Amino acid sequence: MQAFTSLFTISNLVPIVAIVVVLAGIRRAGRQPLWAEAYRRLGRNRAAIFSLVIIGVYCFVATLDSITWKSNALAQPESVITHLFNAMHVEAERTYSAPFAKMTTGEPHPHPLKGWHVLGTDGSGNDVLLETLRGCRTSIIIGGFTSLLITPVAVLLGMLAGYFGHRVDDLIQYLYTTLGSVPGILLNIAFLLVLGPGLVNLCFALGITSWVDLCRLVRGETLKHRDREYVRAARALGVRDIRILVTHILPNILPVVIITVTLNFSSLVLSETILSYLGIGVPAGTGSWGNMIDAARLELARDPIIWWNLTAASTALFILVLALNVFSDALRDAVDPRLRSS
Amino acid sequence: MIGYLIRRLLYSIPILIGVCFLTFVLFYMTASPTEIARRNLSAKNPTAQQIKDWEHQHGYDKPKWQQFVDTTEGLFLLRLGRSDSVKGERVMTRIKESWFPSFEIALLSFTAAITINLSLALVVAYFRGTYLDIYGTSLCVFMMSVTYLVYIIGGQFVFGRLLKLTPVAGFLPGWESLRFAFLPVVVAVISGMGASVRQFRTFMLDEMNQDYVRTARAKGVSEAQVLFKHVLKNAAIPVLTTSVQAIPGLFLGSILLESFFNIPGLGNYLVDAINSQDFAVVRAMVFIGALVTIFGYILTDISYALVDKRVRLE
Repeated sequence: MQAFTSLFTISNLVPIVAIVVVLAGIRRAGRQPLWAEAYRRLGRNRAAIFSLVIIGVYCFVATLDSITWKSNALAQPESVITHLFNAMHVEAERTYSAPFAKMTTGEPHPHPLKGWHVLGTDGSGNDVLLETLRGCRTSIIIGGFTSLLITPVAVLLGMLAGYFGHRVDDLIQYLYTTLGSVPGILLNIAFLLVLGPGLVNLCFALGITSWVDLCRLVRGETLKHRDREYVRAARALGVRDIRILVTHILPNILPVVIITVTLNFSSLVLSETILSYLGIGVPAGTGSWGNMIDAARLELARDPIIWWNLTAASTALFILVLALNVFSDALRDAVDPRLRSS
Repeated sequence: MIGYLIRRLLYSIPILIGVCFLTFVLFYMTASPTEIARRNLSAKNPTAQQIKDWEHQHGYDKPKWQQFVDTTEGLFLLRLGRSDSVKGERVMTRIKESWFPSFEIALLSFTAAITINLSLALVVAYFRGTYLDIYGTSLCVFMMSVTYLVYIIGGQFVFGRLLKLTPVAGFLPGWESLRFAFLPVVVAVISGMGASVRQFRTFMLDEMNQDYVRTARAKGVSEAQVLFKHVLKNAAIPVLTTSVQAIPGLFLGSILLESFFNIPGLGNYLVDAINSQDFAVVRAMVFIGALVTIFGYILTDISYALVDKRVRLE
């Protein structure tokens, strides 16, 4: 009963709501001719469908890892994945062990293992498969939440700068040129020092540097549309500026924005690992491929080489980023065949 | 053109002031001067008077806006000042000491990357539509999807530990430095290869669909001539601009490489300064970084106008 009631918390509601909103948005967009055509083109692209399925699997794992409950009143809330692993008796060991091994590695007197580890265990005895699966949530949150943070800001500022020009344009251009003049990695480090470590703060720090390009792009696009005939006609009819921006220009630049955001997603996922490697990424305790790779740097120097940790994390990362890259390329080609890169 | 340059240079002044302001605010938010003083004073339990003296010596006791005006003015006159650390050495001295490793690695990787990527892009564009092209572009996407870290760790493991061809990390002056620079350069080239080759290939293919190419072919110019003479010349414009844009990145962009390979260059100096909260150094280095970046943008515009006669700077 306790387990059941602890299921209904706000933190469990967030992933569900996010998924429902995304799916509803995709369905709704499908009613418009442009996106309906894009979906049809995507559907014919086998690589795109395949990578979409892979992204879906990662999102599914991330969702499973986000939904938590307590097994009893005193216990910490644990995610579905952790409960599953507990149910299968995959317990923490003493130290390293190779995949499928029966004894620990790296100890003078190897101890027999308590459980069975498909991908072995890391230095503190945690199951590598579990750690790898927990990294999915972190990556998806970093890509998704950061995009969610920067897109409204970049679109709003970019459209204002492009549409109104003059003073507004000068101010906004000044803002992003100043931010763009400082090397990105430094801004990330500085903001993380100010905000303190944490997954959400990491998203904010990454957002500070990544909205600039999107804003510049939106500004350029708005500038292109500002003097098109349909906008002039709307203005001649006495439509207010805000309405022109929201109902006329925004729908026309939205495809470009969506393509750019998807293309940007994978680089956000990749930058998490680099920041973790510099020691300012995701705090310890949150699953993170960056932290796993960072730890593996020293393990390669050991004799027997501890390779499974590094391999698991980097393969999981590689597959996700590859799927994201292939899918976003396919999406770009499907939405606007003129932008096709081949 | 001269007028345009003057305007651009004047416009860069408010941007640089903005950068200084940003650094100033960010650092005051992370640490107060008292904390920095406490950390840097060598005595274990500094008295209040010692801290006050330290703050006075480094100018942290003035009103905040006065500090900002003073330091910004100093930076604009390229008086970079002294470090906040115990030794209090001049920032300029450190820059003079450590610019060379950064420069060497940046220059080598820049030239190597451009040569290799451009040649590969030409090959792929020449064989467009064939299996070579398809596999080549797929390989590019694969290479783009591997994180920087795996290239670094893999490179160190294969070249440094297994083959023992190069040192794993570190740096030595003189000719010896080439041995240490090899691995960082290889990692820099390979990690950027996927994205660049794909981009350069797009530039080439964009040009191949132009009318003048069809005319050249119709006149009986061979495919290789079309590619190397006509297309390459025109595709040089976007290639040049993207490459020139990368130059400011060379100055500080190797921050990551330098800290991973433990190279005593400018990037490493900066990362150390951030970690020890040496505000004076960070301020100076970020200022120089911004200066180089803005200079790079102006350089991009100039090179654009020089290569393409249709572009007028106004």
